[in-house]
Amino acid sequence: MSRLDHALYEIHHMDMLADRDQWLNRIHPLVKLIISAAYIAVTVSFHKYNFTGLLRMGIYPIVLFILGDISFTDALKRLRIVLPLVCFVGLFNPFFDRKPALEIGAFVVTAGMISMATLMLKGIYSVLAAYLLIASTSIEKICSAMRMLHIPAILVTQVLLTYRYISVLLEEAGRITEAYSLRAPKQKGVHFKVWGSLAGQLLLRSMDRADNVYESMTLRGYRGEFYYGGKTALCTKDTAYLIVWILLFILLKMI
Amino acid sequence: MHMADALISPAAAGTMYACSGAACAYAVRKVRLETDPKKVPVMGVMGAFVFAAQMINFTIPGTGSSGHLCGGMLLTALLGPYASFLTMIGVLLIQCLLFADGGLLALGANIWNMAFYGCFLGYFLVWRPFMKKGAGRGKVICASILGSMITLQLGAFSVTLETLASGITDLPFSIFAGAMQPIHLAIGFVEGLITAAVLIFVYESRPELLMDVTPEGSLGKSTYKKTLVTLCIAALLIGGGLSLFASSHPDGLEWSIERITGSAELDSDASAPYETAEALQEASSLLPDYAFKGSNSSLGTSFSGIIGSLAVLIVCVGACYVFKFFKHPKQREAK
Repeated sequence: MSRLDHALYEIHHMDMLADRDQWLNRIHPLVKLIISAAYIAVTVSFHKYNFTGLLRMGIYPIVLFILGDISFTDALKRLRIVLPLVCFVGLFNPFFDRKPALEIGAFVVTAGMISMATLMLKGIYSVLAAYLLIASTSIEKICSAMRMLHIPAILVTQVLLTYRYISVLLEEAGRITEAYSLRAPKQKGVHFKVWGSLAGQLLLRSMDRADNVYESMTLRGYRGEFYYGGKTALCTKDTAYLIVWILLFILLKMI
Repeated sequence: MHMADALISPAAAGTMYACSGAACAYAVRKVRLETDPKKVPVMGVMGAFVFAAQMINFTIPGTGSSGHLCGGMLLTALLGPYASFLTMIGVLLIQCLLFADGGLLALGANIWNMAFYGCFLGYFLVWRPFMKKGAGRGKVICASILGSMITLQLGAFSVTLETLASGITDLPFSIFAGAMQPIHLAIGFVEGLITAAVLIFVYESRPELLMDVTPEGSLGKSTYKKTLVTLCIAALLIGGGLSLFASSHPDGLEWSIERITGSAELDSDASAPYETAEALQEASSLLPDYAFKGSNSSLGTSFSGIIGSLAVLIVCVGACYVFKFFKHPKQREAK
């Protein structure tokens, strides 16, 4: 599967997950956004040697993966993007921080090894938290939550439009590269002689498409802002969900 | 170059959110002032274009690897600094949520490292100055490559600073920066080439889509006098200022001779022609070894640099006039 196809598959897969009628999906998007941000902030605030304390933070993703009926394997695949950089930074810790911290038989665990493991665990938790958010909340709902946080309409509308047209342009880019690869067999990637014309054609088509999009939007009554449907007020269940998790995070951080 | 949540502390993330938030508020205000109703749909579609174009593998000749274009520099050339900054925020947010590229907490840092440098500095420091006196193929290529390299270097340096300020790694600053900067210099160059290829295509087919682009030569055509004055100033600066930092180590030829004979300068036979030539050189040389006679002061080095540069300039300009004089004898006669 090419990168373009893979990206398209990811987008459709996440859309499908977010559209399910699950209890987690029905929670207010603003609540889920706040909880996710709070969880990541608390997780990364753990001291670099507090590995055991950090292990306890695993309770949030575990509970949500089980109760939300979300595939853990799919989430793990997303780690391949983040972990290389985290590993690059963390792998040096055992070499520069050689203070002995623990002895398991003849094997001495150094402080650098613990800080490396903590760093990796923080990376894994934060990716899982973001995955849980997007797997249970569509981009449209996240954007409506952003508007409730008074993030400017121009920015939110722009995010929505970008998301809407990503799949359209990915398909178009897929068609262009497929046509190119059929005319240039056994060639990996795009030859440098056609770098400009290949991506440039896609760009010019995108610009023309933007004009059509604007005209269509205007004809349908667009006056500078989108209007979001769905519930806007928090119900008791949402408030309780928010309070429980925030209190639990504070408790896990303090013990 | 996306920062992960694990690499940043809440304090550093908050600081970067504040910085990016201020830049975002300023950009929103500026885009609203533009009052172009088409701007938002164009921004949305261009954000999607950058996303799609970054998925295309562009083969790098002779390496077997591939690269992608520099989104910030491309967008700033097409939409301007403010609209492109907001577009990049949208792209980074979607990348972080959908593809785990970056993180929610590190989003503020990523906006700063990629969108701020790419869109604001890329436009105000590189694109606009290059296009000020009329655009051209060379200028578009130079601006794209230089802009991509500078913005990526600044972004990579910020990643290093943010990670170290967060106390995440025990890696010393010099090693971390030493690993990050050269890699991103190469990446920046390749991304600059791909971005240049795309912008050249746009420049040749639809130049009106590019910011600050006016047909070549229509604005402030640089005159012969202006060029000469610029060259003189550059010569004075380089000869008078930078010559102080000239290496005292032997040059390539001297180094080779030193490896073979054990000395940087060759001993010659004390023959009559050689002695005569040496005496003549010593007598005629105003600034022996790039310094005043019998003095080692740095003023002498600067003076030598300036005099040398001016001498070369006079010889070159004189040679051009002589060449011109003999090239067009008929035109001269007609006058």
